Amino acid sequence: MPAPVITASGLTKKYKEFVAVDGISFEVAPGESFGLLGPNGAGKSTTMRMLGAVSTRTSGTLDILGLDPNDRGPEIRSMLGVVPQQDNLDQELRVRDNLIVYGRYFGMSRASVGKKADELLEFAQLSDRAKAKVDDLSGGMKRRLTIARALVNDPKILLLDEPTTGLDPQARHILWDRLFRLKEQGTTLVLTTHYMDEAEQLCDRLVVVDKGAIMAEGSPASLIREHSSREVAEVRFGSDRNAGVAEQIASIGDRIEVLPDRILIYSADGDAELAKLDAMGLKPITSLVRRSSLEDVFLRLTGRTLIE
Amino acid sequence: MSASTGFKPRRWGSWYVAEHRIRGMRAYLQTIIATSIGNPLVYLFALGVGLASLVDAQLDSGPSGAVSYLTFVAPALLATAAVTVASEESTYPMMMGFKWNPIFYAMNAAPISGKQIVNGMIIGMTARILPTCAIYFVVMLAFGAVPSALGFLGILTATFTGIAVGVLIMSYTATIEEDKGQMAMIMRFGITPMFLFSGTFFPLTQLPIFLQWIGWISPLWHGTELGRVLAYGAAEPIWLTVIHVLYLVALAFLGWKRTQTVVERRLNK
Repeated sequence: MPAPVITASGLTKKYKEFVAVDGISFEVAPGESFGLLGPNGAGKSTTMRMLGAVSTRTSGTLDILGLDPNDRGPEIRSMLGVVPQQDNLDQELRVRDNLIVYGRYFGMSRASVGKKADELLEFAQLSDRAKAKVDDLSGGMKRRLTIARALVNDPKILLLDEPTTGLDPQARHILWDRLFRLKEQGTTLVLTTHYMDEAEQLCDRLVVVDKGAIMAEGSPASLIREHSSREVAEVRFGSDRNAGVAEQIASIGDRIEVLPDRILIYSADGDAELAKLDAMGLKPITSLVRRSSLEDVFLRLTGRTLIE
Repeated sequence: MSASTGFKPRRWGSWYVAEHRIRGMRAYLQTIIATSIGNPLVYLFALGVGLASLVDAQLDSGPSGAVSYLTFVAPALLATAAVTVASEESTYPMMMGFKWNPIFYAMNAAPISGKQIVNGMIIGMTARILPTCAIYFVVMLAFGAVPSALGFLGILTATFTGIAVGVLIMSYTATIEEDKGQMAMIMRFGITPMFLFSGTFFPLTQLPIFLQWIGWISPLWHGTELGRVLAYGAAEPIWLTVIHVLYLVALAFLGWKRTQTVVERRLNK
């Protein structure tokens, strides 16, 4: 197995009394696509800033590409690409110029950065917007430009903090496609998300984080296998009846979760559980059977949903 | 290769920031050019020609006797122009970089350090002040307001006065998290009174003694007096000239270091 590109051990970040990241440990292998899945405020962005060598850890050890960010920050950052949660493109510059000035920060010559900018605009499907003002781009385009900018130095690791938050479904799929291509080319991706579908689409392996700590680690499929059933039957009886019905059907399925708007019945065979309800004379307003997802894993591990 | 070792950014990072800042100025280049030519014309005409016709008093003199009001006021206006540009470049661009157009975070995610960001912003600011002062000086020459051959050095002292004021302002604006009109306050209660009470239009000694301290602590007064020494050989003891220089250097150094500390701390959250 090749040496990991990131090794974190007992990584901790405190702000006065508040512990944002509470002693997390993980490794990322070269070429791997690694995710941090968790709700807002779980400490994902703080972790990303420490990985990006811009935020100093309070304790623990951190090794990025063989260097310690505490004393080799600029060297590490010269090998990273960073896509922050909030786009921080320069709105005073035009699209292509954003790539040019950014390339210069890595010490690239004006000639080579111009060529690179054109390649990246092509990759980000923004060639026809090269001279546009950043403000005139749609949210998805800005996001793609931010990703293109992060690739200007051919980074060894690409850090993406909530890459598709706030984008419409079509824009998300375009972005996923671009990220998938990078993954195919062997770029190491580290991303945070609170979208389980995104984690399932993009991550080879992920950690589920909550309140600054790692709750579980594994591939999306293995996490689901380990922490959830194969299928889930979702039934709705109306918000005032859900809790009452849940007591009645407690023996059905492997496990039951009651959410304010619905009941989740975990089982290897969801349809069979619905049939049991029917046999008991219970008629849900709506019902559906689906495969278990990372959302269920998170619910199981924390007792909460990812998006609240 | 150099990109991957991070050697070039460590060495040249400040200049990359300046390059970026100067590119950003292109957005308002026309305003910059118009004001840097228009301002000296308007001010020197209004004060040096217009107001001067009402001022009979001989306010100051050089080696060859009393000087005209135009000659007296021109070095002060030159220094004021530098300070005005400095106050523009040290307020909104600083606030923008952290907040409205948060490019400082983007620079810092690349190999650029907080210190380099500050240096680059100062270089960028200087790149605006220096030509502004040079143009001002050319207009002063055209008005016949510079008797001394050493007068051109006033371009440099005015520029440095602007830098000193600019970095002091930056050390404050870099701390602003929320715009509650602080930058308008800087103009209203900082720059404008400084402009009025720094021996700009009349010698500081004309003020009652209990107001003269405003001039003594004002970088603009020190910059103006230096300009007068260079432009027409204004008579003052050599120790005072040395103090003007030392005071401006000290302010610039303190402001520069303080801004670097503030910016580094703010980026490393």
